[in-house]
Amino acid sequence: MIRLEKRPTPSQVWSWATPLVAVLATMVAGGVLFAFLGKNPVEVIRTIFWDPILGEFAFYYRGQLLVKAGPLILIAIGLSLGFRAGIWNIGAEGQYIMGAIFGAAVGLAFYPMEARWLIFPLMIIAGAFGGFIWAMIPGILRTRFNTNEILVSLLLVYVAEQILAWAALSALRNPEGAGFPGSRNLKQYASAANEELIVGWGMHWGVVAAFIAVIFAYILLSRHILGLNIRLAGEAPRAARFAGVNPERLVLLCLGISGGLAGLAGLFEVAGPAGQISIDFNVGYGFTAIIVAFLGRLHPIGILLAGLLMALTYIGGEAAQATLGLPAAAIQAFQGMLLFFLLAFDVLTNYRVRFGREVKA
Amino acid sequence: MDFGSINPVLLIASLMVASTPILLAAMGELMVEKSGVLNLGVEGMMIVGAISGFIVAVETGSPALGFVAAAAGATVMALLFAVLTQVFLSNQVATGLGLTLFGLGVSSLMGQGYVGIRPPASPRMEFFGLSDLPVVGPIVFNQHPMVYVSLALVAGVWWYFRSTRSGLILRAVGESHEAAHALGYSVLGTRFAAIAFGGACAGLGGAFLSLVIVPQWTEGMTAGRGWIALAIVVFASWRAWRVLLGAYLFGGVTVLQLNLQAAGIAIPVELLSMSPYLITILVLVIISSDKRRAAASAPASLGRPFHASS
Repeated sequence: MIRLEKRPTPSQVWSWATPLVAVLATMVAGGVLFAFLGKNPVEVIRTIFWDPILGEFAFYYRGQLLVKAGPLILIAIGLSLGFRAGIWNIGAEGQYIMGAIFGAAVGLAFYPMEARWLIFPLMIIAGAFGGFIWAMIPGILRTRFNTNEILVSLLLVYVAEQILAWAALSALRNPEGAGFPGSRNLKQYASAANEELIVGWGMHWGVVAAFIAVIFAYILLSRHILGLNIRLAGEAPRAARFAGVNPERLVLLCLGISGGLAGLAGLFEVAGPAGQISIDFNVGYGFTAIIVAFLGRLHPIGILLAGLLMALTYIGGEAAQATLGLPAAAIQAFQGMLLFFLLAFDVLTNYRVRFGREVKA
Repeated sequence: MDFGSINPVLLIASLMVASTPILLAAMGELMVEKSGVLNLGVEGMMIVGAISGFIVAVETGSPALGFVAAAAGATVMALLFAVLTQVFLSNQVATGLGLTLFGLGVSSLMGQGYVGIRPPASPRMEFFGLSDLPVVGPIVFNQHPMVYVSLALVAGVWWYFRSTRSGLILRAVGESHEAAHALGYSVLGTRFAAIAFGGACAGLGGAFLSLVIVPQWTEGMTAGRGWIALAIVVFASWRAWRVLLGAYLFGGVTVLQLNLQAAGIAIPVELLSMSPYLITILVLVIISSDKRRAAASAPASLGRPFHASS
């Protein structure tokens, strides 16, 4: 007879060990999945997790790692603050899109003026503002009308996608684009381009912002009263109320920060790796970042590592697609599986597994 | 602009069709939430149902088998959720999200090679000439069988909650799992059954989309309908008949905006396309702004984990 016994306090060891166990379990289960698809599981796992870092063509993939990890970490850091406080912003994808549109619109408005010192900072502000505004909608609806922020933030993703279509097809369309949808390429506009800072490393301003966000979040959560309030509100809502934490302010703050960071990620993506506003420039980082946040235990350092790992699955997945013909969707399923295993193994953090009959005291 | 091309009778008939996937999914989720579980993975279960049903219908040539497979496929997903949240006591919000992300991935994996194929046609019901009656005919007597199934489901669930012992137990589990457990009812068993039922309904909804409405398979074809179904349960204050009202309201908006697009009205297409989502948000705001009522109608144990030792 196997039973679960609640631990008096969550286990520190398991809290850090579960992500590792979950990754290993996902590799095994993923291997089975890949075998079902008629691929050699060992070869696929090696292509995804080993070759991009240490393989023959690693020099090419290494640059991609930071490009993919940057937005994931930036968004996940913002989400983790809310998740800790029990505030569920799951519409980061929409905030990411709106940040990209706002930022790109500002950049394109100045075209072809040459003044990088002015335009690029303005774009960054506009990008963060776009994401912030989009996250404020569920925030204000929640605080003013008690509307569920999970549903509103998610539904707004579909609204944002329509706005993106309108921007790409009419509002921000390149007037010299020969009728093709999509905006001017910001990478070719020196004042607005989010260029690589160290050639070959994939290090752009978005990655810098992600590192800064990690540091700030770490200080916030471990040293600042606001971080304490966030943790308190999530772990003991009643105690938080007695301690004078204003729940409405916390909702707006958490949603605002996560929206702003997601907007920033969108702006850096559209001005850099993506280059232009197009109808499908977003690739679901806003949703994958949810997995990153949980995989990183909602802890800034954990998120940094989880973001790099998740970026690796993207890159390795693309490599496996090219060399082994693995379907693109397999990686998405693989990432979802990872979240499942993580949530399942998490039971070990809060409960002890006991074998044998219950001993009556 | 030509509003004359919009026929009110056909509008109502097609409204019922457009609402059915959401109605089915929302009725399933109503059952799940009444038992005190919040499953945010409706979207993921729906899309897995859509592709499972599509594959089986194409391979066997039988839409009916397709619907059975859709219910089965989505139930497997739902049981995954049930094991994680009820046995491993994982966070329900996170697990539901995971279910959606996983479902989207798995469905497009399953759907490789089924893009661009037409499924076998699933005919509408004919009632010996009654279908040719003016006005009533197309609306009442000439629908797809699943439309009748969905309506029967509403009546059945309403009756189940109102008049059966098992329905009463399910509600008790949802209101206070500790009390239900103390009385000797199986909290886990009830919730597993409710979650599985919710999965089957979501799967049917998904298959109705891929086999009847579209009918085709495209990745991510549920396009947020699972989330709208979740919103409709809140809108309905957890009551079966109001779920029907909410689903048909949403279906009405969807069909109307498609008709307006076709009629070439001078509103940007994107604005029309986003209108169902905006109206869902608006309705949610209106319904939840009355704080006392919203709090009173939600099952009291909704989303709280249950472990017999605590």
